[in-house]
Amino acid sequence: MTAVLDIHDMTVAYNRKPVLWDIDLVLSQPQLAAVIGPNGAGKSTLIKGTLGLIPLASGRVEMFGKGVDQVRRQIGYVPQRESVDWDFPVNVLDVVLMGTYGSLGWFRRPGPAERAWARECLARVGLSAFEKQQIGQLSGGQQQRVFLARALAQRADLYFMDEPFAGVDAATERTIFELLLAMRQEGKTIVVVHHDLRTVPQYFDYVVLLNMRIVASGPVETTFTPENLRKTYGGRLAVLDAAGDALKGQRP
Amino acid sequence: MIAYNTLVVLTGVSLLGAATGLVGVFAILRRRALTGDALAHAALPGICLAFMLTGERRLPVLLLGAFASGLLGNAVLAALRRYTKLKEDAALGIVLTVFFGLGVVLSRLIQNHFPGGNKAGLDSFLLGKTAGMTRGDLFWIATLAGICLVAVVLLYKEFKLISFDGDFASTLGWPVYRLDMLMMALIAVAVVVGLPAVGVVMIASLLILPGAAARFWTHHLSSMLILAGIFGFGIGLLGTMASTYLSLLPAGPIIVLTGTTLFVFSLLAGTSRGLVARWLLNRRFQEELEERQLLKIVFEKRESAAKKAQPPDVAWNFTREDITGRKSWSPRRAAAVINRGIVEGMIKFNAAQAYSLTEFGRRRSIEVTRGLRLWEMLLREHPDLAGPLANLGEESVTNVLPVETVKELTLQLQAEGRWPE
Repeated sequence: MTAVLDIHDMTVAYNRKPVLWDIDLVLSQPQLAAVIGPNGAGKSTLIKGTLGLIPLASGRVEMFGKGVDQVRRQIGYVPQRESVDWDFPVNVLDVVLMGTYGSLGWFRRPGPAERAWARECLARVGLSAFEKQQIGQLSGGQQQRVFLARALAQRADLYFMDEPFAGVDAATERTIFELLLAMRQEGKTIVVVHHDLRTVPQYFDYVVLLNMRIVASGPVETTFTPENLRKTYGGRLAVLDAAGDALKGQRP
Repeated sequence: MIAYNTLVVLTGVSLLGAATGLVGVFAILRRRALTGDALAHAALPGICLAFMLTGERRLPVLLLGAFASGLLGNAVLAALRRYTKLKEDAALGIVLTVFFGLGVVLSRLIQNHFPGGNKAGLDSFLLGKTAGMTRGDLFWIATLAGICLVAVVLLYKEFKLISFDGDFASTLGWPVYRLDMLMMALIAVAVVVGLPAVGVVMIASLLILPGAAARFWTHHLSSMLILAGIFGFGIGLLGTMASTYLSLLPAGPIIVLTGTTLFVFSLLAGTSRGLVARWLLNRRFQEELEERQLLKIVFEKRESAAKKAQPPDVAWNFTREDITGRKSWSPRRAAAVINRGIVEGMIKFNAAQAYSLTEFGRRRSIEVTRGLRLWEMLLREHPDLAGPLANLGEESVTNVLPVETVKELTLQLQAEGRWPE
C-alpha cells in the first residue's frame, strides 16, 4: 500500500538560514496528526513546503505515491486565519464555494449543484444561518469554521490545516474537533499545526514533534512523552508542566 | 445636437473610465493602487524617448514607449523591494519621483531641441488633454475596454480567489503567478491608454476612485465591479463635459474632481458603509430601542405588582418617574421617548407626568417584552449562537433563528413563568 504522505529529505531555507532541515516524514495510513513545536520551529513552513507554496532547498514530497501536482484535487488546505483580508467583499457562502473551484476548471462558475454542496458543508460546521453575512462580521471562531467548510467543500482525502484552533473559544474548539474526528472516520488524513500541548493526547492519534528537524514522530501513546517534549521545547518548564498535566489527564 | 468630435471624445473618455474603474477594483483589493500610480509616472520618460527616437507624435508608438518604461519602473520597484531592505512606501516614492523627474527633463529637452510643431502635444501627457482625441484613439480605447471587460468576466472566479487567498489558489494547482501578471498587465494597459486623456499625474485616481466609491454601496465583489465600471463611465462622461465647457482647464484635474465628488457622495450616502446611512440607522435604532425599553418597563411594573399579590394595574398606568427611576435617562429624554409613544398612539396622556398605555400600546408592550426575554434566553442558553446573531435591531429572535430554537426558548420561558401574556 502506498503511503498517504511521504516527505523525504525536505530542507527549506531563507537566506541560507535553515527553517526546516532534512525532514523525513511518512504517514502510511489515514491519521489525525498534530504537528507541534515551539514558535519558529517551522510548523507552518512544513505545510507550505509540502504543498509547494514555498520553494524547497531540497527534498521530495509524494502523496498517494504521486507528485503533489498530480493529486491536487485530493488535497485540502486551511490557511491561517490572519492570512486573508476579512474585509474582502464576499459573503460566507462565496468563501465556501471557493472550495469547489478546483474541480470546476477554467472560466466555469459554480452552479446550483455546487451551491447545494457548499450549503451542506456550511451546515456541517453549524453556520447555515450565516450564509449571506459579509465575512468581516463573523467572530474569529466562525471565520475559522468558514475556512473549514471551504476545506470540506474540496472533497479532499488529505487535509493540511494551519492552526485551525487559534483564537477560538472552548465550545468552537470542541465543534471543530468533532468535525475532524468525523472526517477521520470517513478515512481522511488530516495534518494539523497545533499549538496547545494540553489537548494533543485528547484529540490526536499521531504526533509530529518539530523543531527545525523532526525530533520524533509516531502514535501519540508512544511518542508524546516528557522526554521527547523536552527535546523539542528545550528547558521551557511551563510548557512541559502543561504537557505533564495533559499526560496525567490521559492516563489516570 | 452634439458635434461629432465631442461625441468621439465623450465616448472615448467614458469607456476609458469604465475600463480603469473595472480593473481598478482588483488594484484596490490587492493593495496595488499605488503601484498603478508609480506605473503611470514611470511611463513619462518612455513617451519622451519614443518621440525622440521616432521624431513623430503617433499615439500607438508613444503608448508603446509608455508601456515599456512603465513596466521597467515596476520591475525596478520589485527589485528594490526584493534585493534591498527598503520598505514598500520608500521604494514607491523613489521609483515614482525618479522616473517622473527624468520624464520632465526629457520633455524640456524635446521642447528646446526638437524643431517643428509636432512636439506640442507632449505636455498634454502631464495633465491630460481630451480635446485632441481622434477616431483612431477611440478605436484603441474601445478595444482596450472590451478586453478588460471580457477578461474580468471570463476570469471572474480566478481573479476573485487569487485576490482573496492566493495561497489557497496555489494549492488548487492554479498558475497564480501568471494570473497575477495578467491582472497587472490589464491594469498597466488601462493606465497607459488613459495617459493622453487624463495625464500621468491623475490617471491613478481614475483607477482608484470608482472602485473605492463602489465599496461604499455593496459587500459583493460582482456588484462592486459593475458599479465601479458604471462610476468610471460616469466620471469620464461628466468630467469631459465639464472640461469641454470650462475650456481653459486641462481634462485630468477636472476628471479627478468629478471622481472625488462621486467618492465623497458615496462616502456619505453609500448604502452599505456610507456615513449618513450609518448615522440614520443608528438614530432610528436608538429611538426604537428606547421605545422598546419603555414598553418593557411598563410591562414589568405591572408584572411585579401581580407577583406581590397586589391587583395588577388594569389601566396600565405609569408616571415619568417610573421610567427615569429604572433607566438612567434624564427627565427630558424620558419625556421625548414618551412623546414619541403618544404620537404613535401607544401612550395616552392622563395628567401632568402621568400616562397609560392604549390598547395598541398594551399589545406592543407584551410583544416587545417577549422579544427581549427571548433574546436574553438565547444569550443564556446558546452563547455560541448569540454572539454573532445578537442584534438589538431585531425586536425578536424569530427573524434570525430556526423555528425549533424559538420554540425551545419559549418553552423555557414558560417553564420559568416569565412568558408575557
